[in-house]
Amino acid sequence: MVNIVPEITRKSITELIKNKERADGRSPTDYRDISLEVGVIEKAEGSARVKIGNTQIIIGVKPSIGEPFSDTPNVGVLMTNSELLPMASPTFEPGPPDERSVELARVTDRCLREAPILDLEKLCIIEGEKVWMIFVDLHVLNYDGNLMDAAVLGSVAALMNTKIPNATVEDDKVVLDKENPVALPLKEKPLMCTFAKIDDELIIDPSLEEENVMNARISIGMREDGSICAMQKGGEMPITKEEAVYAVNTATEKTKELREHLP
Amino acid sequence: MVIIITNNSNSLRADGRKFDELRPLKIEAGVLEKADGSAYLEIGGNKILAAVYGPRELHVRRIMRPDMSVIRCRYNMAPFSVGERKRPGPDRRSIEISKITADALRPAIFLEKFPRSTIDVFIEILEAEGGTRCAGITAASVALADAGIPMKDLVVSCAAGKADGNVILDLSEEEDKNGEADVPVAIMPRSGGITLLQTDGHLTPDEFDKALDLAIEGCKKISEEQKKAIINRYGEENG
Repeated sequence: MVNIVPEITRKSITELIKNKERADGRSPTDYRDISLEVGVIEKAEGSARVKIGNTQIIIGVKPSIGEPFSDTPNVGVLMTNSELLPMASPTFEPGPPDERSVELARVTDRCLREAPILDLEKLCIIEGEKVWMIFVDLHVLNYDGNLMDAAVLGSVAALMNTKIPNATVEDDKVVLDKENPVALPLKEKPLMCTFAKIDDELIIDPSLEEENVMNARISIGMREDGSICAMQKGGEMPITKEEAVYAVNTATEKTKELREHLP
Repeated sequence: MVIIITNNSNSLRADGRKFDELRPLKIEAGVLEKADGSAYLEIGGNKILAAVYGPRELHVRRIMRPDMSVIRCRYNMAPFSVGERKRPGPDRRSIEISKITADALRPAIFLEKFPRSTIDVFIEILEAEGGTRCAGITAASVALADAGIPMKDLVVSCAAGKADGNVILDLSEEEDKNGEADVPVAIMPRSGGITLLQTDGHLTPDEFDKALDLAIEGCKKISEEQKKAIINRYGEENG
């Protein structure tokens, strides 16, 4: 569905941002209110509910045992899927994932995988035959901008919250001890910061009305030590090198703030 | 003479309930910001979100009605809502439930007030523990009311069934899996009209009769909670 923004809205948002102000009273480097809860779904081995402003995602983690990919026989699998539920926005429609959904899942997946959030070798049970496959499902319930930061923050919290059965090998068979579940082998906790470019300003954590008028978007995924593990540019217009550098520097500071929300 | 008491409501079920007792229930109206109407419902271990958009423009011309609105439902289970991860997307079961949900809700809505439009109802099962279709319908009614859609009644749904030889109300996941029969029912409580009735499993006509009565009683109890949820959100009538 095409989203038509009235010219007057576009103008008022742009004028505000030129003066380093925003419609909801934030400064260009302020996040909206963030809330994060873990363990919200009992049937899921790990879960989290994250809200950034009115944007809301539930993330569930389910493990299963499967075959490793043939080129990496001794490592487990981490997969991220997303569903932009039609209840989350009048612009989301039922059906197979569209490009927005695929982009969200893949950027989140990259940020987690490249960090890497998990020591996947420890998820190998029998080399070449049985490994843990960890599914992260993003269930977007309300869309009010900046899905990516919420998705990564919530996924990290959900994976930290995850307990899987202890798997041991006896006589070439996998024995699962569901009574004594173990935490996932966490290695790194990446987080993501997203900026929107409106006029010639970069603002952090764009709301939906800001996303609707933005020229470009840039998301930076960061490790705990401030190194970069993922990046994605979006939007129709280019950004300058200076803007990219500014985004990276600001993200270094901002991910430290975001990190305080993790349990 | 030996009198066998088959429905001794003092004896308890696996989760300690009486035969005619509902699981703990919570309904909240208006929980999402973007949707025109929404509701969150928990019953036992079920966690269910319903959202309504509309009446809004219908782009699919072939299902458009020139004299009334159409209602479309989408029942969807989160991949993490069940023990074994569910593959995302519709399967045969969720397509059927989507259809019977629309059928259950349709009679209550004044569709003729909104020709050529659609009312879209989305039901998300965040966590499932038996009886999700009924819980979904109950939540969807509250979401429709929250969206301000004119209705004759608040449709409410509840299942009864048979497990361990007893006719029981509101089957849990265990009772549904190991039980003999499941009878989901939806009613319009003001008129008593039944808008959903399914049965699967094995029941004698007498047992069916009993199960249906029990389910209707359950619906009436849940109906009170629906009303409370709306009053909590909007205040008392004339208030």
